Amino acid sequence: MMKHIFTASLVMGVLAVWSHAAPQQPPQPPPQPPTSPQTEIVTKISGEGSAAPRLVVLDFIALAADAETGAIAKTIGQVLWDDLNFEREFAFIPRDVYATVPRASSFNDIPFDRWRELNADGLVIGTVQKAAGGVRVEMRLYNVRTGQLAYGPRQYDSANARLIAHTISDELHDSQRGLKGVARTKITFDSDRAGERMAGTVENRGVKDIFIADYDGENPRQITSNKTLNIAPRWSPDGRSIAYTSYRRGGANVFISNIFQGTLVEVTQGPKVGENWLPAWSPDGSRVAFTSTRDGNPEIYVANRDGSNIHRLTNHPGIDISPTWSPSGTQIAFTSDRTGSPQIWIVGADGLGLQRKTSESYCDKPTWSSPPYNEIAYASRTGPGFDIKVLDLATGQTRQLTFGEGSNESPAFAPNGRHVVFTSTRAGKTHVFTMARDGKNVRQLTKAGNNEKPDWSK
Amino acid sequence: MKRRTALVIGVASIVGTVACHKNQPPVVRPTPTATTTAATPSRPPAPPPPVPEPTIVPPEPVRDDAIASASLDDLNKNSPLKPVFFEYDSDELSQTAQQTLNDNAALLKKYATWTVTIEGHCDERGTAEYNLALGERRAVNARAYLMSLGIAADRLRTVSYGKEFPFDPGRSEESFSKNRRAHFVITAK
Repeated sequence: MMKHIFTASLVMGVLAVWSHAAPQQPPQPPPQPPTSPQTEIVTKISGEGSAAPRLVVLDFIALAADAETGAIAKTIGQVLWDDLNFEREFAFIPRDVYATVPRASSFNDIPFDRWRELNADGLVIGTVQKAAGGVRVEMRLYNVRTGQLAYGPRQYDSANARLIAHTISDELHDSQRGLKGVARTKITFDSDRAGERMAGTVENRGVKDIFIADYDGENPRQITSNKTLNIAPRWSPDGRSIAYTSYRRGGANVFISNIFQGTLVEVTQGPKVGENWLPAWSPDGSRVAFTSTRDGNPEIYVANRDGSNIHRLTNHPGIDISPTWSPSGTQIAFTSDRTGSPQIWIVGADGLGLQRKTSESYCDKPTWSSPPYNEIAYASRTGPGFDIKVLDLATGQTRQLTFGEGSNESPAFAPNGRHVVFTSTRAGKTHVFTMARDGKNVRQLTKAGNNEKPDWSK
Repeated sequence: MKRRTALVIGVASIVGTVACHKNQPPVVRPTPTATTTAATPSRPPAPPPPVPEPTIVPPEPVRDDAIASASLDDLNKNSPLKPVFFEYDSDELSQTAQQTLNDNAALLKKYATWTVTIEGHCDERGTAEYNLALGERRAVNARAYLMSLGIAADRLRTVSYGKEFPFDPGRSEESFSKNRRAHFVITAK
């Protein structure tokens, strides 16, 4: 997506801002590329005391009367609302109140006095017009109390209205709250939704393929299609590759799909017989940890992403599986049943410093949060099914996020550590959900088929 | 088919009738053999009726079932190799499981060219991830038992599908017990 920062005097008419010619030169060189002269303002809006700022997110103003532009303007306003709401960093003036306030038709007739009466702190508004290859959007955040521009103006050119909203959300979280938002991140998961059947089997089995979708479940896209099992995908740290377990050669092996190049690498090729499951990327993207039975027993191994330098990390006749890396890359958490039931363990990336971290009925699928949190989420048997729990490594305290709403499995942290994606049977079939790290704000991302083993892009 | 045969007979009888009418004058006919020979001198004498081929006796005992002649697909649809079931969260072979494996081993000795993939499966009560390893344990234990009975290792491959392919999608113990299994697929014969 192209993003322009441009010169715009606040008192100029709306149409004037579309002129890239003869921009007003700022008094001093901006900290931006010289091709983007600007008078952009970046200030923080605060709420009362330590309270979250109260925000108004208006539907964006369509600068043309056609239905398409109007629909895009509405979509951007609504998606932006959802994106901002997701991080819970702002309080919101309820939307049903909006109808009681006169609508603005441009940046020049915003009724700040009315919004001030409703105790709004900030107001987000934008304009939409058609442009070559999509739409051009201008967004501004105003301080309602002063009526002054607090952030912006910002300009976005894209054919993807949702992506514009996601970008605005990430910028507002960054500029106003110092937070790395996740609105432009993606989820990957395996699914049988394509409905294809495996050839040549006795039980007429359905295949599973790797899918990706936006963090809110929109724009789902199928990544694999080879009429066999493709499961447990994991995003590379740069978001350009997906490592997963595929049965395309009969047994289970670890593959990496470089989804933007359309190339495929088999990490576990070679003469060693055995199964290879559940790859997990090192934080720098250079290596993958996985489980293999190549030496006769399920153990954790680490290999370079091209399959070279495979070496073994664990050595115990029990099952060792489900590796995940610490954010620093110095440790690996995994599941081991060496003491009887499956529990979460940690070992150094050098194979030293083995520690057991849980003592419950049955735990699996650890996922390690990024800073500032230092937590491991996992699936824990709490009854007939599983629930998601989080272990705070600093305090040793465990908290539970789900409470028997179906069976809840396969957690993975969002890159900012504030959310967890997981699967649940609460809606019938197995679906992918997200929730905040306190278990609130549960959203269902998938609707069709069975969808499992999700991962969140970095 | 029947109707067609009847039609052929009908046509033959008409032809015969016409021929009879043609030969109506009861005169002495020329020797038909000489005339025929003159007309087609190059025709060889009719070959003798073929001698039935002797039945080839296979070196193995005659198979009195359809197993030997069935295709792999048909074999696997109604497999003579029976699945082995496991207790909840266990990879141990029960007495029943061992008896089933004894029967399977006998079949594998009888059909000594078969190669088999042993699939390990789990019910949905374990996690998707750990079940991959548990299913592998089940398949490997079934394989080791067959090997202890003298089945060659290179005839027995294993694969684990965890809980990806439940045999019975239900969520009762009855369904679960069917899903905790080592399933045998004949891959070559």
